[in-house]
Amino acid sequence: MSARRLPLWEVFIRSRRGLDHKHVGSLHAADPEQAMQAARDTYTRRQEGVSIWIVRAEDIHASQSDDAQAFFDPAEDKVYRHPTFYDVPEDLKL
Amino acid sequence: MSNAHFSYVLRLGDNALIIGQRLSEWCGHSPFLEEDIAMANTALDHVGRARMLLTHAGDLEGAGRDEDQLAYLRDEREFCNVLLCELPIGDFAFTLMRQYLLDVYHLHLFEALCRSQDEVLAGIAAKAVKESSYHCRRSAEWVCRLGDGTDESHRRMQSALDELWGYTDEIFAADAVDEAMRAQGIAPPLAELERLWRADVEALLARATLSVPDDNWRASGGREGIHTEHMGVLLAEMQVLQRSHPGLAW
Amino acid sequence: MPPISSPGAEARFDATIAAEEKIEPRDWMPEKYRRNLVRQISQHAHSEVVGQLPEGNWITRAPTLRRKATLLAKVQDEAGHGLYLYSAAETLGVSREQMQDDLLSGRAKYASIFNYPSLTWADVGAIGWLVDGAAIVNQISLCRTSYGPYARALVRICKEESFHMRQGFEIMQTLCGGTSEQKAMAQDALDRWWWPTLMMFGPHDAESAHSQQSMQWKIKRQSNDELRQKFVDQSVAQAEHLGLVLPDSDLKWNAARDHYDFGAIDWDEFQRVLNGGGHCNRSRIKARRDADQDGEWVREAMLTYADKQRARAVEDAA
Repeated sequence: MSARRLPLWEVFIRSRRGLDHKHVGSLHAADPEQAMQAARDTYTRRQEGVSIWIVRAEDIHASQSDDAQAFFDPAEDKVYRHPTFYDVPEDLKL
Repeated sequence: MSNAHFSYVLRLGDNALIIGQRLSEWCGHSPFLEEDIAMANTALDHVGRARMLLTHAGDLEGAGRDEDQLAYLRDEREFCNVLLCELPIGDFAFTLMRQYLLDVYHLHLFEALCRSQDEVLAGIAAKAVKESSYHCRRSAEWVCRLGDGTDESHRRMQSALDELWGYTDEIFAADAVDEAMRAQGIAPPLAELERLWRADVEALLARATLSVPDDNWRASGGREGIHTEHMGVLLAEMQVLQRSHPGLAW
Repeated sequence: MPPISSPGAEARFDATIAAEEKIEPRDWMPEKYRRNLVRQISQHAHSEVVGQLPEGNWITRAPTLRRKATLLAKVQDEAGHGLYLYSAAETLGVSREQMQDDLLSGRAKYASIFNYPSLTWADVGAIGWLVDGAAIVNQISLCRTSYGPYARALVRICKEESFHMRQGFEIMQTLCGGTSEQKAMAQDALDRWWWPTLMMFGPHDAESAHSQQSMQWKIKRQSNDELRQKFVDQSVAQAEHLGLVLPDSDLKWNAARDHYDFGAIDWDEFQRVLNGGGHCNRSRIKARRDADQDGEWVREAMLTYADKQRARAVEDAA
């Protein structure tokens, strides 16, 4: 077992032109080029992608689940941000 | 069609088949999981290429032999791959160094073959050139990484290169088949491929802090069926079922 | 990173499970839930990785180039599945190195079926048909597991694995349509792999150490016995189609249960093989240990080279 560990990378793939990159999984690699090649070899074997992003896992900052109520619940009552909130004549294609 | 045409395509098919066979031996035994997957991809590209090339060779021969008859029912003396392909996998350094030397050759070869007068071959080359372009990027990166890595990896890479170098001349030694193919516009001149190959390889080896061995030992003979002693063992393993149960479907 | 506990965290966890929603990596979770998952996911990953070996044994001898390519692609998928699963387990704060150490030291288990030797080409067919068939039954059920990363890995695995069973069945079909010698080869493989495959689903529900809790937490969604029954039921028609006989004289249709009854499983053998007494236990672990040890200089070189490259980039920028 090597004393040092290979860093973890997260892999994001654009499956078709026009779509966003989507997280598909992770892998271990020593450097960006190797991570890119491993992502290609591992995650696009069945033509799953046309573009790859790789990101060092430790560079990702994520919200904590304990923050969820403070972060996301306050949006709950802002229903006026949605088109269905407004009362307009239906036949005018507004 | 000429006998030379058949021989030429068969040689390419045998190279692909035998290196594919060697690479597949790594399956499940690579230094880490990501590499198991990557190595299998490269092996699959070569097996796929072998199937297309051997099928084409069988068609050119016109004797009704398909890819499997050519792969499984010929003896050692009838195989015409270069010796470089058949050497045992050795350690990871040996496998990747060999792969790099072959990948650069294949990249330039298939780039040229895209313009072959043999349209089927040009079609196969168009597919193969994309694969080889990735193979080169991958194995070149490995040569640098291991050549310029630790003392141990450097030592292993240099020793692999020392062992392999004497087998590279054979790839570019033009014989009557190559000459006939060049004359018919089916294959590129080998001297030109060698020039491109040498320029790439020497530049990369320098970047990888590796040095080209200066001894004069050279081995060849694969294309005439004079193989290393490893070849018979490789074939015995690969062909065992077809040979021990002749004529059956699998 | 251990998620921080906060008031009401456990109630929220329970409510999430009850609502059929997924637990995600940064959520608070009971330590036992985490440990249970690490055990199950890493065991699953080890099984994929060790599972490369019995079939990998035949890649160089595959009897046609088409078979060689499909087998290679199939075994490659096993490596991929191992990788997806290790990644899922890593989100629970355990490193791949730690999991691999546990495998090599014998602390962690893997599917016992891979401790049987693959002796003939028909074994490649039987493994694809039966072992992958059983794995699919299990994994489809697990796609609804409560832990998000595990569920996502399984969805991907199930998508990819659908060809594995088919390639195995096709090999069996070709053998059974061939000479009597080939058919005998297929029957022999079925005879050897059938019972170990049934053992893959694990002990009977009543005797299963982790099952009850796993079901409550929705890590597992169907019991060992339910899944085993499903597999037996689907296999009978498949064996009939091949003209092969499942090696169980007690196997018969039970109209009252609407299922096939089948014979008693030899649990002594299961325990013996699970605890290291199988034909290949030592050689499988040795193969993995060799790969790990032989690869150490490679991994070390990769890291050293990456350090050098970073230092050069800094120098260039200066």
